[in-house]
Order: sequence, then C-alpha cells, then structure tokens
Amino acid sequence: MTLETIVEKLGLKCKCCWEKLGNEVVGGYAGDLLSDVMGNSKKGDVWVTRQVHLNIVAVASLKEHAGIVIVNGAIPDKETLEKAQKEGIPIIISDLPEFELVGKIYDLMHHAL
Amino acid sequence: MPNDEYLEGIYYIQGRDFVDAGIVSSEMKKKLKEKGIPEGIIRKVAIITFEAEVNIISYAEHGTIKYYLEPEAVVIEANDVGAGIEDIELAQQEGYSTADDSIREMGFGAGMGLANIKNHSDEFEISSVPCQGTYLRSIIYLNGK
Repeated sequence: MTLETIVEKLGLKCKCCWEKLGNEVVGGYAGDLLSDVMGNSKKGDVWVTRQVHLNIVAVASLKEHAGIVIVNGAIPDKETLEKAQKEGIPIIISDLPEFELVGKIYDLMHHAL
Repeated sequence: MPNDEYLEGIYYIQGRDFVDAGIVSSEMKKKLKEKGIPEGIIRKVAIITFEAEVNIISYAEHGTIKYYLEPEAVVIEANDVGAGIEDIELAQQEGYSTADDSIREMGFGAGMGLANIKNHSDEFEISSVPCQGTYLRSIIYLNGK
C-alpha cells in the first residue's frame, strides 16, 4: 500500500514531498520517544507521532520510513518542513488523536483489498 | 584500541547543538553505503551512531565520533569532554535518564540510548571520568559473530 492511498482514504493532508507519496508502506510505528522509534521501527514504516521538531526528520531518514504522520492537529515547525523537503521525507498531518489515527491506518493496511 | 590504519572518518559534535542531531549518523550511513557495507550492518550503525551523537549533544560540551572499517568489523568510537557519568551501571539501565525537561520535550532523554547502542553492538565498552568525559566503543562484525 502506498502512502498516497493512506492519505486519500483517510483524508489526510500532505505538507511536503508530495512526489514521495508513492512510497510503499510496509508497516507502521507509533511513538514519541526518539530512542524507542530508532530502536524498534523498521524501514518502510509510516511513523505516527505527536513530535513536530526537526529531529523527527533525522530519525525518519535514518530509519528510511515511508513518511511521518503528525497527529492531534499539531503543526510541524517550519524548520521541520524545510529539512523534510531536503531529505525527501513526506510529512503528513491529521487532526485525529494518535489512538484513533493509528487504528484507522492499521485497519486500512490490514483489511484493504 | 582500533588500528588507525583503518580509520575512515572523524566527526566533531558540539554540545547542545540539537539542530544538527543526526547529521553525523546520516553522513556515516551514506559513506558505508558507498563502501558496499551490507544493509543490515548499516541499520545497526545508524542506530548506534545516532544515539552516541545525541548523547554528546545532550550531555557533553563537545565530542568526536570516529569510525573504522576493519577487515571484519565496523568500529565506532565516541569520545566527549564534559560532565561525564557518575554511575556507569545506572546510566546503562533502561529508563534511567539525567535529561533535563528541554531534552525530554523533544522526545530525547528516554533513558534508552545506551541500551540501544549495546543491543545493536556485537561488542560494547563504555567508560567515564566524572568532570572529564565519556568514551564508548561499539564493534559490529561484518559476518556476524
């Protein structure tokens, strides 16, 4: 499943790197502690987080995530979007709380035809 | 100590420079990819180096990260000048952290950094002198143990 499918089906908004929405999503990880995400997430994961500062881009880039989804209507910092654009990491935002959004993405990925 | 003959790179890191956190690990990852190092090894190196980098930024005045490409292993050395670690055993306990609030707000300081480094290394060594600094070395075998 591509990131584009997730964005479209769940009505999410992409804030940068639209050209990377074709990234294949192989799994997902939800977490706001960067060491936890570094140690436990995988390449190709869509990372769901409440963090908005530019260090999330370094983590996503190192782990080769498909993209980052920021929840709770939080706005990524300007520096975050600039760095994400440079690194080629799509940043997507959602108004939903983390629990609900993770549930919806999980559901979509595991029950899609 | 690693053989300088195999030294591939030295990076300098400034304390509290969170804006640049990840630059060193990203550079190293790129260099190792160019050298044809297997992806599984690079994945471990990325985690280890990122954590070492963030530790220097979070807790030290400044430091260096060196990496060596030996015939059978990648070796990463992190050396810093700063407050050092009072209790090395405690510092390695998962969940233990001396991070201040500003560090925790960014999602750092969860107390998992050293555990992450240790768990992804084939060999790991750390030592510290309070009020001087900390040294750690991680060895990752290219062909498994």
